[in-house]
Amino acid sequence: MEFYRSHVLVCTGTGCTSSDSRLLISGLRKELKDRGLEKEIQVIETGCFGFCNLGPIMVVYPEGVFYCRVKEADLKELVEEHFVKGRVVQRLLYREPGATVKTQEFNNIEFFKHQKRIALANCGIINPEKIEEYIARDGYFALAKVLHEMTPAGVIEELKKAGLRGRGGGGFPTGMKWDFAYKAKGDQKYVVCNADEGDPGAFMDRSVLEGDPHAVIEAMAIAGYAIGANQGFIYVRAEYPIAVERLQLAIQQAHDLGLLGKNIFGMGFDFDLDIRLGAGAFVCGEETALLTSIEGKRGEPRPRPPFPANSGLWGKPTIINNVETYANVPHIIRNGWEWFASIGTEKSKGTKVFALAGKIKNTGLIEVPMGTTLRTIVYDIGGGILNDKKFKAAQTGGPSGGCLSAELLDTPIDYDNLIAVGSMMGSGGLIVMDEDTCMVDIARFFLEFTQDESCGKCPPCRIGTKRMLEILTRITEGKGTPEDLNNLEILAKTIKSAALCGLGQTAPNPVLSTLRYFRHEYEAHIYDKKCPAGVCKALLSYQIDPEKCRGCGLCARNCPTKAISGKIKETFVIDAEKCIKCGACMEKCKFGAISKG
Amino acid sequence: MRSLEELKNLKAKTEKGLSLREDTGKPTITVHMGTCGIANGARTVLNAVLSELQARNLTDIHVTQTGCPGLCYLEPLVTITEPGKNPFVYSKVSSENVKKIIVEHLINGRPITEWLVNLEK
Repeated sequence: MEFYRSHVLVCTGTGCTSSDSRLLISGLRKELKDRGLEKEIQVIETGCFGFCNLGPIMVVYPEGVFYCRVKEADLKELVEEHFVKGRVVQRLLYREPGATVKTQEFNNIEFFKHQKRIALANCGIINPEKIEEYIARDGYFALAKVLHEMTPAGVIEELKKAGLRGRGGGGFPTGMKWDFAYKAKGDQKYVVCNADEGDPGAFMDRSVLEGDPHAVIEAMAIAGYAIGANQGFIYVRAEYPIAVERLQLAIQQAHDLGLLGKNIFGMGFDFDLDIRLGAGAFVCGEETALLTSIEGKRGEPRPRPPFPANSGLWGKPTIINNVETYANVPHIIRNGWEWFASIGTEKSKGTKVFALAGKIKNTGLIEVPMGTTLRTIVYDIGGGILNDKKFKAAQTGGPSGGCLSAELLDTPIDYDNLIAVGSMMGSGGLIVMDEDTCMVDIARFFLEFTQDESCGKCPPCRIGTKRMLEILTRITEGKGTPEDLNNLEILAKTIKSAALCGLGQTAPNPVLSTLRYFRHEYEAHIYDKKCPAGVCKALLSYQIDPEKCRGCGLCARNCPTKAISGKIKETFVIDAEKCIKCGACMEKCKFGAISKG
Repeated sequence: MRSLEELKNLKAKTEKGLSLREDTGKPTITVHMGTCGIANGARTVLNAVLSELQARNLTDIHVTQTGCPGLCYLEPLVTITEPGKNPFVYSKVSSENVKKIIVEHLINGRPITEWLVNLEK
């Protein structure tokens, strides 16, 4: 083994890769070589740290110094200062929102301090392309434990007692699902991993696959042992090339070491894994559609029952779990159900990964114990609202979820509390909205997404969401009528109860929850023909306040449609006919004389 | 993989390399590498520290660098920090005596007091 005094971990997740972390790595290796330090300092490619908006991210051990937004041009200075002279490069450190001093150490950053990482435990710590590093962090010991010490029923019992619930949306108890498949009769059974992550803005499954692929492989082998299956499939989106590549490599490495294949650990258990690529249809995240897609057919859902546990892939008993759910399993087996059940709330155990996005200072991937409040997530971890504006709502659960208003900031987030307030956990997308967001427009956006992704098999989803979208579009265009609200509610309730699969059953959620918490915004659009947030263009008009206007003409010069006219040193006016409501004039005005309403 | 033993051996082999990324609770050796330190041979001291640790397989002892603490006439300086204790600062360290420091201080737990910085002199 080589002896290095320092490890430099550079993120090669999708986020940092797109901000050129690979160029950075080759540049750093070259610079270290030029300085004769390549035998002392090792550069390691790792998975996602979660703090994607600061990418490319670099952490230097043993000091644990956290550098962010490192560019190729910084490398010379970085190597000279940090690695030759031992001086931390201050300007590349991270500064907390509002802080005057920069934070040097990784573990002291607020964004990381409040997190508890189980599913993401190895992401950003190990090199995902080296199975040895996974093993060094106790990897495959859970598989060894179940094969040597536990019966299949014992494994299922352990998961039931741990209280692990599905992380992909529904929150169904994982142990129960495995138990159904264990008890189902069949000569052939299957284990499937749902990595068809499709919620806009959610990327936790991708990050787990990119940062710690072996965790999923190990968990699937454990699941195979528990239910009596020898074959597994990972259904992953083709749009996740890095995840697919690392999975392929990980499966190959596990094979080479005999951790997959025949007679694992000499205990007579065989298990094999294959990857199936999804073409990116949102509906294929629904389990029955996903299974039909693996079979090579058109990805359409079918009615349940029979549930996949009894009749799944090619009619055989099948369990299907999400990536994050699997990533928890080896930890539960190694540390025991008591440990897992001690984290979280009464009915939601463990942690949940959220993808923080929207109008928030720190965007990225976080993992917190179940029961953490929205306030902690938004203000402590997220650093607060962008430009210190007012918090308006948080959208959880993606297109299937709902919006939570400011009065719910202190609600502990878990499966049941979210359902009680009209949203759902979903896969864990969390989009934060500020006062400048129009809730009607947001509902319209999500419905547009589900409408587009509806497979068209059942009429409630195919036709119902289309009609709802038409009504919402009408309202945002200022053509809404008082009956529209009533019609929206009737349609929403009908679709929820009549649609075939989860996509349709949850599609009306964004509309219902915004109607519940932000009804006044709908009413303002319909009765007053106003968009309170100033988003819906059809309801906007720009005015120049004659009191404040100094007649400088800056607005007129910047207007792309020449809609503003006037004489220098006199009040300027906007011609509403020509105005395209782009807002350029309002941005340029130095006296705050232009307002919209 | 044919047995649990095999997995354990593989873990033991890689684990040591990864201890760099964890808080091992073991002492840290800091070599001061300001211009004054480098001019007085801090680089060869650092190399000696690394080869000694490697030879003795002491992978859980972390080695870091820092700048000049202001005692330029005593360079090269090496500080040994143990969790929860005051740091020990050795002065005018050479690549020869750093080996003795590692053996006596870190392995036998006996700091070599006559080589420590004594500002009262």
